[in-house]
Amino acid sequence: MQEFLQQIVSGIASGGIFASLALALVLIYNAMGLVNFAQGEMAMLATFIAFTLVDHGVSYWIAFPVTLVVAFAGGILVQRIVIRPVERAPILTLVIVTLGLATLVNGVAGFIFGYVPRSFPSPFSAQTVNLLGAFVSYRDLGVIGVSTVVLLLIYLLLQRTTIGLTMRAAAHHPEASRLLGVHVSWMLALGWGLASAVGAVSGIMVAPILLLEPNMMQTIIIYAFAAAVLGGIESPLGAVVGGLIVGVTVNLAGAYIPFVGGDLQLAVALAIIITVLVIKPNGLFGRPSVRRV
Amino acid sequence: MLQRIRTAPPRYWLVVVVVLFFAGFPTVISSFQAGQWALALILAIAIMGLNILVGYSGQLSLGHGAFMAFGAYASAILAHRYKMDYLVTIPIAGLLTGMVGFLFGVPALRLSALYLALATFALAVVMPSLIKRPVGLTGGVQGISLPPVVVPQLAKDGFTMLTGSAMTSDQWVYYVTFAYALVLFWLAWNLVRHRAGRAMRAIRDGEVAAAASGINISGYKTLAFGISALYAGIAGSLLGLATGYISPDTFPVSLSIQLLVGAVVGGLASIPGPLLGGIFAYFLPIESNQWVPTQTWIPSQIVATVVKAGPAVTYGVVLILLMIFAPNGIVGLATAGYNRLRRRLRGAADRESGHIPPDPQTV
Amino acid sequence: MATTGSRIAAIAAVLMALAACGGSATPTAQTDVGITSTEILLGNTNALSGAAAAYGTISNAENAYFTYVNNNGGINGRHITLKILDDVYNPANTVPLTKQLVEQDKVFAMFSGLGTQTQTSVRDYLNGQKVPQLFVATGATTWGADYSKNTYTLGWQPPYQGESRIYAKDITTNHTSAKIGVLYQNDDYGQDYLKGLTDGLGSSASTMIVDKETYDVTAATPAAQLSKLKAAGADTLFLFTTPGFTIKSLATVTALHWEPAIYLNSVSNPQVYMGIAKKAGAALKNVTSVGYIKDPTDPQWDADAGMKLYKQAIANCTNCNVNDGFNIYGVAVAYTMVDVLKQAGSNMTRANVLNIAANQLNETNPFLLPGVVVKTTSSDHFPIMQEQVITWNGTGWTLQGTLINERGTLK
Repeated sequence: MQEFLQQIVSGIASGGIFASLALALVLIYNAMGLVNFAQGEMAMLATFIAFTLVDHGVSYWIAFPVTLVVAFAGGILVQRIVIRPVERAPILTLVIVTLGLATLVNGVAGFIFGYVPRSFPSPFSAQTVNLLGAFVSYRDLGVIGVSTVVLLLIYLLLQRTTIGLTMRAAAHHPEASRLLGVHVSWMLALGWGLASAVGAVSGIMVAPILLLEPNMMQTIIIYAFAAAVLGGIESPLGAVVGGLIVGVTVNLAGAYIPFVGGDLQLAVALAIIITVLVIKPNGLFGRPSVRRV
Repeated sequence: MLQRIRTAPPRYWLVVVVVLFFAGFPTVISSFQAGQWALALILAIAIMGLNILVGYSGQLSLGHGAFMAFGAYASAILAHRYKMDYLVTIPIAGLLTGMVGFLFGVPALRLSALYLALATFALAVVMPSLIKRPVGLTGGVQGISLPPVVVPQLAKDGFTMLTGSAMTSDQWVYYVTFAYALVLFWLAWNLVRHRAGRAMRAIRDGEVAAAASGINISGYKTLAFGISALYAGIAGSLLGLATGYISPDTFPVSLSIQLLVGAVVGGLASIPGPLLGGIFAYFLPIESNQWVPTQTWIPSQIVATVVKAGPAVTYGVVLILLMIFAPNGIVGLATAGYNRLRRRLRGAADRESGHIPPDPQTV
Repeated sequence: MATTGSRIAAIAAVLMALAACGGSATPTAQTDVGITSTEILLGNTNALSGAAAAYGTISNAENAYFTYVNNNGGINGRHITLKILDDVYNPANTVPLTKQLVEQDKVFAMFSGLGTQTQTSVRDYLNGQKVPQLFVATGATTWGADYSKNTYTLGWQPPYQGESRIYAKDITTNHTSAKIGVLYQNDDYGQDYLKGLTDGLGSSASTMIVDKETYDVTAATPAAQLSKLKAAGADTLFLFTTPGFTIKSLATVTALHWEPAIYLNSVSNPQVYMGIAKKAGAALKNVTSVGYIKDPTDPQWDADAGMKLYKQAIANCTNCNVNDGFNIYGVAVAYTMVDVLKQAGSNMTRANVLNIAANQLNETNPFLLPGVVVKTTSSDHFPIMQEQVITWNGTGWTLQGTLINERGTLK
């Protein structure tokens, strides 16, 4: 029983990791109806920026906000340079561009920083707390806590602020928004900037647990896809709930289904993606999606 | 017959030249280079499969490397465990992979383009792990070593007669690959010109309109998936033949990206595109890694950068730049250039009335 | 197949004759493909880019040592050229690149190719072509164990099975009541280690090993597996893992409030990884491993002649981190290669070099722990079979006892 509990708690801890990245995916989807395949790689690169700052003696609490600003600017820059020329192209073009971006960023990070894993500081202690006999570290709790805060901020932004509403309107009804005088393209850029910053938060939170290296997010992005899809790809709340469910499911499947074992955990994520997409494409919290043709 | 030959448009002659070139090529290059070109042709076959899916039917797959893996393992298991002749296993592997692709195409129908991209990408990432089970069948991470390629006596004799030198196994593999490429490209050419191809393109350009004109949308979309997977399966099987050993590491997610790069570089929705794309995608990383360091005029810092960055950076840059500046790839650029040239030759008077073909851009 | 073999032999003979006519300085000296009067050409494939690129530095370190040797007179007047190609750790690349090195660049031998799957993919080819595949950079047991089937292929580093037999010996002599939990990577690497441990424990393996869990390289963390091992009541944890997962495991063990005796494999024990584990929150109590190579970060070697030589040699590589354990590995294996070539003297043929490497090695390598002998005989083709137990003292590794010799235990 205690072990079962520990598996669930460990699953929730990994779920927090998946959720934090899924939130960034959800933001981009809300901004332009696209899944950014480079989201994980951009988060990884931002974390390396924070690492470099900390490594050069900058205080963590200065490096953190500086990285967020850099990531925000970087996201906008990427949108202006790479995405904008193809922003009205079919979705296939956009997907290929973000995939190219993912490959490029991964290669560049590998080139600059190498592939030796690095430790990254965390504001949360590596100490653990006992929850009914199962242990969870403050770091894991920190990831979940920060994700929840980010979730609230995104929710407030999208639902309660003019800019958030304008952003969503620009994504779903670009022509109408344009007629109303909205700078649709800049709204997209804003979306990319915010998603990039949210991704950076994710990277900085999970790097102490996953160890920082260029491939840190390569499989996490698949789990994050599963989380976002399960939650309903436009729902921030769905991303967090989906992340936790995916984390627990993958852990329990690995522990108690012998065929899955430790080996096929990623395949469980694939199975979740395909099952949800086929049976309930809008996920748990999503509304019927607006298809972008 | 003679009449037909005389009136054949120039591109038919181009095809004849290309076929003759590829048929005679191995007699002038080294055995090892023939082996390299076999690998480039293998990529071209897989890219043609991807092209049928993406370029002609408008469905995106980011995981075609996974279908290659399936084909390669189907062949290797048949040859290794059931002692079948490897050459016999190639079409079987193609058909099996085609069936899997067809089955994959059914749920794919329900997915939007974006979700399909996501699911196939996840498949590509997961595939190396999936291959590890069941160990008894796939050899797990140890992979499968295939029996050495035996060159048939007939081919040996023929080659010796023509060139005076003995045929190596790499040259034999090249010709096997070349034969498959020839047949599969010819089939693709027929497919896209006839009923099925027209239907697929109609679906790609607008499902509602296609449905209105009575096209069986689900049927053709799953068919495209099946055919596409068949191509990838044969390519995977040939890859096993060419390398003599397959393992999970043979099919990383970067293989799927390499295929996508090839498809985009060559030009989607074109028949020569995948050939050019295959050659490009195969030789680009090799040449950038080997040719650049031999050039003394390139600063050593840049050489080190290219070598250390590896193919990933180049592939990423190529994908982004092409999508922005030349979404129709090399073939698109060449066609546009040719048309512009022709218009210029015809004179300005014609320019006003000159019909510019609709943009074949599909992605 | 027989005809292919004889044809290749004929070609080789012709090439040999040509090389002998054109290249050799003295008429009696024998040479082979890849040898001229001034040069010995070796080929190498490694992961210079991509996910496994951390290993890429090994090739550069090897090249640095060859440069050092070349600058100091070379080998009997010849300098060594190492042609390094990037296979991105993918066997589908290793095959054509190796063919290129053999058929186009005409290397004398392949040297220190990296990776088990990648090097397995070219083993048949190189043996068929009768090109030596020397000192592959992988610890899979197959290189030494299957020597009789592949007489042109030779490993170098201690096989993983031999290493875990040393742990087994430590357990059966010092910790007879241990309840062992094993975390291992689900590939030949992990399985090799597990087999060595199981074989070494012998009949008590089934009772002593209370649980074993695998993970896939795509896993995020091994937390779930470690929870299971703890729940199974293990008080001794074996980590047959790669560095990244070792660090995560060490941190997770501490997070689970679990204090088992930990044995971790030599691949993951360089001090730099231990430092990362510590920063990640690992307590690092009661950690045991083995070593056979000198750790450049360990101050006890500061005045050591071998370490000084290493630092001198590695200075020839501008991009190499002197503290990286992979680099001293590269220099050490390059030392063995140079040793073999020097011994070959004027008889610089593939057959002779191969014979020395596979049957007549008896070398004291200055980069390996004192007492380690790199040795092969006509019946033993595992060059390094001695390792020493080391324990973590909080800031570094302490050598324990004496070298343990596992020679002869693996067949």
